[in-house]
Amino acid sequence: MSNQLVMYEEELQQISNICDVLQRDSNAKAVLVIDKNGQAIAHSGEVEHLDVTSLSSLTAGNVAATGGIASLLAEKEFAGQFHEGEKTNVHISIVGARVILLVLFDERSSLGLVRLRVRKAAAELTQVLEVLVKKSEAGNQPSVFAEITDDDIDNLFND
Amino acid sequence: MSFINYSSREINCKIVYYGPGLCGKTTNLQYIYNKTNPEAKGKMISLATETERTLFFDFLPLSLGEIRGFRTRFHLYTVPGQVFYDASRKLILKGVDGVVFVGDSQVERMEANIESLDNLRTNLAEQGYDLDKLPYCVQFNKRDLPNSAPLEELTEVLNPTKVPQFEAVATKGVGVFDTLKAVAKLVLTELKRGS
Repeated sequence: MSNQLVMYEEELQQISNICDVLQRDSNAKAVLVIDKNGQAIAHSGEVEHLDVTSLSSLTAGNVAATGGIASLLAEKEFAGQFHEGEKTNVHISIVGARVILLVLFDERSSLGLVRLRVRKAAAELTQVLEVLVKKSEAGNQPSVFAEITDDDIDNLFND
Repeated sequence: MSFINYSSREINCKIVYYGPGLCGKTTNLQYIYNKTNPEAKGKMISLATETERTLFFDFLPLSLGEIRGFRTRFHLYTVPGQVFYDASRKLILKGVDGVVFVGDSQVERMEANIESLDNLRTNLAEQGYDLDKLPYCVQFNKRDLPNSAPLEELTEVLNPTKVPQFEAVATKGVGVFDTLKAVAKLVLTELKRGS
């Protein structure tokens, strides 16, 4: 299937490190890296009380809707969004046209600081994603599906 | 677009329930949500209007078990069925791995079914997908209603390519899990084929 996103240990570690640094340097509550289709990839910070799966899906839906608005207005995309809450603010940016960087922050930080740190993190993330895409396309990594048999799939659905 | 995470050993796939307004897409997801063990499901999210019509999408994350040490996770989405929400439907189809077309069996909804199925083909094509090449199942819902069209007629009009099809009464759960299992199996088989 084309356009499949595959994540390997090495790159996930690098992405997690970028999240950790961003979260620390921007004084953010939490940082999430989300695939544009709504799958959570990595996170850092105070996520214990967050529903990461739902947050990822809704953020991707939000970005998709904003992208739809952009194309109606003949814009390529709106690269960033900011939502201001009473306690928590949300900064959303698209990185490498492929993933979404979500930063949750409160009064311990500021929009300016978050923007500044996001710019640096986004540049680093872009590089990791480029390597990841090349690695996926090269297809020289063993695929989990090569080992899976039809019986394995059948067994998953046996009650 | 499936997402395979070798680090957390997860296979993530996206399934979209498509169909005309009020055909029972959300009801399918609600039934699945209500009948699934808490540890196998996440929160169900419905972005709906005040009158409970789907505005953007419903979302239900579901875990179906392990294959060779990999957790299989399916993200189920519905689209808003009403005709004027077409822009939203297109967005939700992005990155889809499998599709369920939920048809409304009532005779008077045949036109709406046909229009929605045409719309599905068109919107998929816009994203570079071909419905005939995607993992795809058809569900004929509301089979319990007295005004339902004969199965042969529904099959001929709404499933000419003879993909797996299921009769359903989603409010009572009839056919709901059969449909889900069938499409999930097709998705995994397709991933295996493409590997």
